[in-house]
Amino acid sequence: MNVTVSPTPSARRVGASSAGGLARLRAVLPLISRIVAAVGGGYALAALASVAVLVLPVSRIQAVIGGMLSSFAVYAAAVVWVFAVRSATRAWIGLLVAALPLLPLAWSVWHGAAPAVSP
Amino acid sequence: MSAPDHSPHATPDAASGTGARVPPAPRGLRQTMSDLHIWTGLLLGWFLFAMFLTGTVSYFKEELSQWMRPEIAHQADQPEAAVVAGRIAKTLETVAPGTTQWSLRLPDERHPIANAFWRVPPKDGAKRAFKDANFDPQTGLKVAARETPGGEFFYRFHFQFHYMPVAWGRWLAGLAAMFMLVAIVSGVITHKKIFTDFFTFRWGKGQRSWLDAHNALSVFGLPFHLMITYTGLVTLMTLYMPWPEMAGIESPAMKRQLTSEMNAFLQPAKPSGEAAPLASIEAMVREAERRWGPGSVARVTAANPGDAAARVAIARGEGGRLSMSPQYLLFDGVSGRVVEEKQGVGAAAETRGVMYGLHLGRFGDGATRWLYFLVSLAGTAMVGTGLVMWTVKRRQKLADPERPHLGFRIVERLNIAAIAGLPLAMAAMLWANRLLPLDLARRGEWEIHVVFIVWALALAHGVLRPPRRAWIELFALGAAALALLPVLNALTTDRPLWRSLAQGDWAFAGVELVGLAFAALLAGLARRVARHRLKGARPGRARAIGTPARPAADTAAAVEGAR
Repeated sequence: MNVTVSPTPSARRVGASSAGGLARLRAVLPLISRIVAAVGGGYALAALASVAVLVLPVSRIQAVIGGMLSSFAVYAAAVVWVFAVRSATRAWIGLLVAALPLLPLAWSVWHGAAPAVSP
Repeated sequence: MSAPDHSPHATPDAASGTGARVPPAPRGLRQTMSDLHIWTGLLLGWFLFAMFLTGTVSYFKEELSQWMRPEIAHQADQPEAAVVAGRIAKTLETVAPGTTQWSLRLPDERHPIANAFWRVPPKDGAKRAFKDANFDPQTGLKVAARETPGGEFFYRFHFQFHYMPVAWGRWLAGLAAMFMLVAIVSGVITHKKIFTDFFTFRWGKGQRSWLDAHNALSVFGLPFHLMITYTGLVTLMTLYMPWPEMAGIESPAMKRQLTSEMNAFLQPAKPSGEAAPLASIEAMVREAERRWGPGSVARVTAANPGDAAARVAIARGEGGRLSMSPQYLLFDGVSGRVVEEKQGVGAAAETRGVMYGLHLGRFGDGATRWLYFLVSLAGTAMVGTGLVMWTVKRRQKLADPERPHLGFRIVERLNIAAIAGLPLAMAAMLWANRLLPLDLARRGEWEIHVVFIVWALALAHGVLRPPRRAWIELFALGAAALALLPVLNALTTDRPLWRSLAQGDWAFAGVELVGLAFAALLAGLARRVARHRLKGARPGRARAIGTPARPAADTAAAVEGAR
């Protein structure tokens, strides 16, 4: 037996030139949706988390740097999640569930009162 | 849609007689991660290959810069840092009169000349203009050397590319690094037997060998690859993730605090308008060395020199400490008294500093740098073997191997241009450095243009020639360009290899010796590709390999062997 590797099933479907334009679009839509979720949604989640970190009771300056530092791990995890789950819908739901607790925190930071300058 | 055996790491093939067939499972995590790994790896793979290779040579950018400025004599020992700083500060008074800011990088063992840049008073709407020059530490005067970007070009290219606005290039590099991070994580998840596979190498078995080479290269350097990718993102994190700063930094004072946690750069304040001579820079450097030890000062920055509001920052270098986080002394530029001492930074800032330091690898000695260089080279080969494997796998499934589909051809040709073309283009820069007329206008830029002209020609070559021939010819050409470098240098300078060796000038000799080693590597690759057809025809192997006309197993083996 040979190990055979092919493009993803959805990518194969894209290649089927006999299918009509609309059918093709419908076939690749979940993949496009996942790519948008991974690249755009993942970045948004990472950005949100990096801002939400600022509610932590540590120096604001260190929190800002810490938020930036950890954001890429959040981003990578989000991308892996988006492609690991069974459907594009689940991928989006997962991102939203993760974003839900972060949103009010980030909101409070963005609209919060200026904290005193502290080292 | 039951996937055929999707995972590249599924089972050993029957041809090797060791594996039993495993029934195809439903698409599990490993399959989806395999797809993610394959496609993230491919999409920006050529950028990643270029970033890895130019980044790898950047570990020796100071040595490359020395080689590219042969007019500057080899200096066995450096004069005292404080004296040098004082001398050049004097020169700057005449070279950069009326500047609001200058910044001087002191010479060290690897970088025998001093370099300074200064702000040019704005005019004609040009807001932030800088000029820079090299200075001889012995005389303090401007150095007369050929105009060249030196090794700095490879370093800059590896995170911001060229011919595009710096910000775009950095975003593109960030995107590529993010893809790399995802490819690493998904690659690890895909990898069922990460430990056993490391000790498995199936030679001359086409796709299997590529896979084994790719696995060995990846696993061998895995902690490094993960570290270098993540820390690479960290070096530019304020660009990629500005949101916490935008949300949380609410005053200019906080902004200054944030900046001072990350770098020692001194932003000039408003000048008073009242002239006052700058205090002794030499004394300030001595004061810093008294606190940190001799040879510890890396940079001297003056804001508003010649003004009563002058400030001078003396920054500590990276040598002997892991972290890149700023440590500096701030002096009143007129009285010469210390007004602030930055000794350390907060926990998160220190984490960032260490990550930054890990990426640059400047903390260690020569041995550390060599290790960085070799593991980075393995990373380059990891990306390269991954790219080639994409075509090796798919070639077996082509309906007509003589006429592959467009996507396949694009990947194949881009692989040739990136993997075989880039080393040639980089070597071409070293040739241009020696051969371009010294009085050529914008000579430094032309050295860079040559890189891209040769690279574009390599791409054209890869498109027009049969792929197998293109691989062989470009590898061979790259090998020749590097092998003849000592000859070129002997003919165009008075510092031939034997003299450099005799004088113990390891920076100069090292560039040529490493060039020879790379020439041998490229020649080996060319030879492997050329001989492949003969080996692939053997029965029992041909089945696993498929059509033999390609640079398959043996190139990987050569890459692997050269590690």
